[in-house]
Amino acid sequence: MSSVSRLQMVRAVCAKDLRIEQRSKVLTSQIMPFALVTLVLFAFALDGDAILERTAPGLVWLAMLFSSMIIVQRSFAVETADGALDALRVAGADMSAVFWGKWFALIVQLIILEVVLIVGAIVMYGVDLRISGLVLLVTSSISATCGLSAVSTIYAGLASGVRGRESLLPLLVLPVASPVLIGATRAAEAAFGAGGTVVSEGWPWLGLLSVFAVVFSFGGSLAFGPLIDD
Amino acid sequence: MTSDPPSTVSTTSRRGTATAATRVLGVLTIVMIGWLGVFGLLLSPADRDQGDAVRIMYVHVPSVWLAYLAFIVTALASAVHLFGKGHSMQADRVAGASAEIGVVFMAVTLVTGMLWGRITWGVYWQWDARLTTTALLFISYIGYLAVRGLEGSRSQRARRSAIVGLLAVLEVPLVHWSVRLWRSLHQEATVLGTDLDVSLDGLMLFSLFVGVVAFTLLFLWLLLHRSRVLTMIDLSAETGLDAALAQRRAEGGVTA
Amino acid sequence: MTDAGFILGSYAITFGSILIFVWRTVRSGKSLSDGMSDEEKPWL
Repeated sequence: MSSVSRLQMVRAVCAKDLRIEQRSKVLTSQIMPFALVTLVLFAFALDGDAILERTAPGLVWLAMLFSSMIIVQRSFAVETADGALDALRVAGADMSAVFWGKWFALIVQLIILEVVLIVGAIVMYGVDLRISGLVLLVTSSISATCGLSAVSTIYAGLASGVRGRESLLPLLVLPVASPVLIGATRAAEAAFGAGGTVVSEGWPWLGLLSVFAVVFSFGGSLAFGPLIDD
Repeated sequence: MTSDPPSTVSTTSRRGTATAATRVLGVLTIVMIGWLGVFGLLLSPADRDQGDAVRIMYVHVPSVWLAYLAFIVTALASAVHLFGKGHSMQADRVAGASAEIGVVFMAVTLVTGMLWGRITWGVYWQWDARLTTTALLFISYIGYLAVRGLEGSRSQRARRSAIVGLLAVLEVPLVHWSVRLWRSLHQEATVLGTDLDVSLDGLMLFSLFVGVVAFTLLFLWLLLHRSRVLTMIDLSAETGLDAALAQRRAEGGVTA
Repeated sequence: MTDAGFILGSYAITFGSILIFVWRTVRSGKSLSDGMSDEEKPWL
């Protein structure tokens, strides 16, 4: 029986993850530059202003997917280095609370990254952000991030720890996260008006992203305990 | 007092994983597959629209049927392991064996599908909902097998892969939904028409039926044998451990 | 038969994969069972 309530546990885990990030500044000093470099590299690879503007949403979300792998791996590497997860489990902590805490901390970091990438796309790819598309962009990005964070946290919990497991993470996450990539990209396209799309075409994608987020967040919180129970 | 070392080949030991039942099953399977070849390649007619390319369907459709059946069995066995009393290791091994079979036949499905597509559509690949979901499912189950290969105890392996197996099943409808919605934006998909839109005449339908029955029997046969192989692998790991422990005790002078 | 190469190729790949999988499974079965007596095998 734990004397700490679940909500307190969630807050504590989340605050710890964010504090670690705040002190180490890995997100700002390493991952954001990596993501921005990726945007630059896409420009070299695709070589064309029209095509860049057209594909900007896809490129932004590709950069998000790959960066999220790095962020979440790090978040679990920190745990296993200190045996923190084991300590929590032995102390009888509710592992689903740990999941929600890490999930939320990851969302915060991913949203910061997203803002930077979208600004990068506006600046570098000439994307037009319309006010009419803003609500769609914000809501779809948030629900996409919730789903992506859930999937990444679940599989990172499985893949963390023993050397050699980390390379498994992208293989596990990326197929499962493909609906997020599809949905987020199409919604962003509609928000930006890329390729002649209208904002109203984006809302079905928000539905898909929300269902995905709900399914994998709750599924993840249930699966997390047994997964970590090594 | 020394005991006799265990004989490696006992005179009462039967080689292999066969039983009387599996031998019967095996013979039936071979016969059905033989019929499939005869009907598929010779006796059934060419299609009005597709021509002889429809013959590929007689192996392609049973393959995809078997792959999906295998993945359903994996998911069910995973659930039995996770939620059943006793966390049955047998269920875990069935899940693993079934996934191996599923991956092999998913690969066969994709290759035969590509060859069929080359003839009928002129392209090896199309980004429609079914093909794309199949490709992603294939990769997901390769991931499942990779998780089974991670180091750790047998129960860790069982628990991890059971969760991955169940999450993979969860993902299928979501992926299919998203890809279908995605492709509905692009009109070209309907022009090429990926549905098996043939009016199957009697003999063609029969050939397909023979194929599905043959592959179902084959799945059963492969599942039984492959799970038994996995059982033996687990058992010899256990006895290996027991032998090592016994040796340690003997070294320490502790009576067992 | 038109496109015979593709069609026969499909059958060859399908049956070939089956044969390989079957052969490897039977072979593992035989070699593993050599180290075990019948009593130890749960399905017997």
